[in-house]
Amino acid sequence: MATATPRAADAKGGRWAAFMSWIDARLPVTQFWKSQASEYYAPKNFNFWYYFGSLALLVLVIQLVTGIFLTMNYKPSEAEAFGSVEYIMREVEWGWLIRYIHSTGASAFFIVVYLHMMRAFLYGSYKNPRELLWIIGMLIYVSLMAEAFFGYVLPWGNMSFWGAQVIVSLFGAIPGIGPDLVEWIRGDYSISDITLNRFFALHVAALPLVLILLVVVHVTALHEVGSNNPDGVEIKKHKDSKGRPLDGIPFHPYYTYKDLVGVGVFLVLFCGVIFFAPTLGGLFLEHPNFEPANPLNTPEHIAPVWYFTPYYAILRAVPDKLTGAALMGAAVLLFFFLPWLDRSPVKSIRYRGWLFKTFLGAFVIAFVGLGYLGLQPAQGSYVIAARVLAVVYFAFFLLMPWYTKVDKTKPVPDRVTYHA
Amino acid sequence: MSEEVDPSRRQFLTAATMATGAIGVAFAIAPFVASWKPSARAKALGAPVEVDISKLEAGAMMTVQWRKQPIWIVHRTKEMLDRLPANDAHLKDPKSDNLDQQPDYAHNEQRSRKPEILVLVGTCTHLGCLPKQRFAVGVGEGGPDWPGGWFCVCHGSRFDMAGRVFQGSPAAMNLRVPPYDFISDTKILVGADRAPRKGAA
Repeated sequence: MATATPRAADAKGGRWAAFMSWIDARLPVTQFWKSQASEYYAPKNFNFWYYFGSLALLVLVIQLVTGIFLTMNYKPSEAEAFGSVEYIMREVEWGWLIRYIHSTGASAFFIVVYLHMMRAFLYGSYKNPRELLWIIGMLIYVSLMAEAFFGYVLPWGNMSFWGAQVIVSLFGAIPGIGPDLVEWIRGDYSISDITLNRFFALHVAALPLVLILLVVVHVTALHEVGSNNPDGVEIKKHKDSKGRPLDGIPFHPYYTYKDLVGVGVFLVLFCGVIFFAPTLGGLFLEHPNFEPANPLNTPEHIAPVWYFTPYYAILRAVPDKLTGAALMGAAVLLFFFLPWLDRSPVKSIRYRGWLFKTFLGAFVIAFVGLGYLGLQPAQGSYVIAARVLAVVYFAFFLLMPWYTKVDKTKPVPDRVTYHA
Repeated sequence: MSEEVDPSRRQFLTAATMATGAIGVAFAIAPFVASWKPSARAKALGAPVEVDISKLEAGAMMTVQWRKQPIWIVHRTKEMLDRLPANDAHLKDPKSDNLDQQPDYAHNEQRSRKPEILVLVGTCTHLGCLPKQRFAVGVGEGGPDWPGGWFCVCHGSRFDMAGRVFQGSPAAMNLRVPPYDFISDTKILVGADRAPRKGAA
């Protein structure tokens, strides 16, 4: 180096420190790392349920990378789409792996996100002061549903085609503008090349951008209010002389390393599906979708992929199109209001009474049960069961202001605890 | 000139600028929204189609495509037509009062121009599946009282031999009758209310 006078940083930490101080004077990298990781304090009592936020981020990255590589060989046209997916599966080197990672990743995304949401239910993570964090999270969930739907149409199998037909037709239930709206979404008189091409654009460009933006906003909001924890107490109430929460530990290295263990376990399961059961018995990739789209032949039994089936079962439980579609929409929208429906003075299930525990348990059973029924044909006892479970589903939300208010709660400790 | 800021003047100018900008943005969005409408090519491909029905036997149904939708043409027998009035009590819209679902000339008991020839868009008015042909009386999903018609396997909607929806179906509307006209006794034009007459372009 030509510089004759070494700076103070050089003497102290060598060339690396000098380089970083050069960077930091121009871009606040170190400051960012400290505020977001090495000096960002998270509660020390995180448990199993706290893996799924970072896992969702991992799956997002997996989907982005594999998705980019799939676009290099996929052709978004009515004539070529199905063939190009088969081409990826059979002729592109390792194409089958890239596609199976992407298709399995879609289901993994929803598994991880559903568990992440379950955590919020268990520990009241949506309650004050995290209402906005919850709403942003729900926007991510809704965007993810749209992203998954558009992606599902792209292989242009017969289930892709008829799934698109059914979902797009739902908008036709809106009084007045319905039929025109449906034609506008399709860009044609039926699901066609034009529809496929625009769904491709939304799937690979528009929605990924929206998702990434929302995830950044979600994490920013999280790091502003700080994480909740299994006790549902605010760790910012008790700080040491330096202003650090007594019950907090720096996210890095403590939780970065803990999350890596979660990543390891997750990847073992994930690879297990990819290599040994990529269709998971028709649950992750449906059998009728291995036939090309045929506008003159509806599959005998239409069901969406498993992550939409709870809502689909609610839709089918109602013998009227408008009411069915409205209840289906309401089933998703109600999540947004959770922070204001829950009137309980405590956050965590550990200190809630039996009423809330009963309702939450019933809700989980209803959600899983509806998910199962949505995969079955809509007839006889299946429809009756779906109606019963739909009532339980809505009761969980609509009765929440009542049962969370009258429920007997236990005293909440001042500091976090370690009993399970 | 005064050095001081006049807040009410500034507020008015800010509001006026924002309103003008908002109108500009609305105009700029319009072309993007309009680009999602069916293109000129999509419209051209949706032109009316001619169908030869000379080989369609009584009691049989044929399927053609118009605007990529299946169009059913059914040659109904006298028995099929005679059974229609008996269905009325079990239908959601027996008199076809929903005028969006058929042109004026098909607003009658048979929902057709000629009683025996029925033309329908074969797409369920619920969520767009293709109902299956179930013309045989008294068998299948409809049970022993089934008067013949169509059954949608997706969500269980049922329609009679005039495409009218039965009560208890998730579909709210009768099957749609597309615009059509007879060019001759054995030829139908699907997609237009009037077939071009001799001498016309």
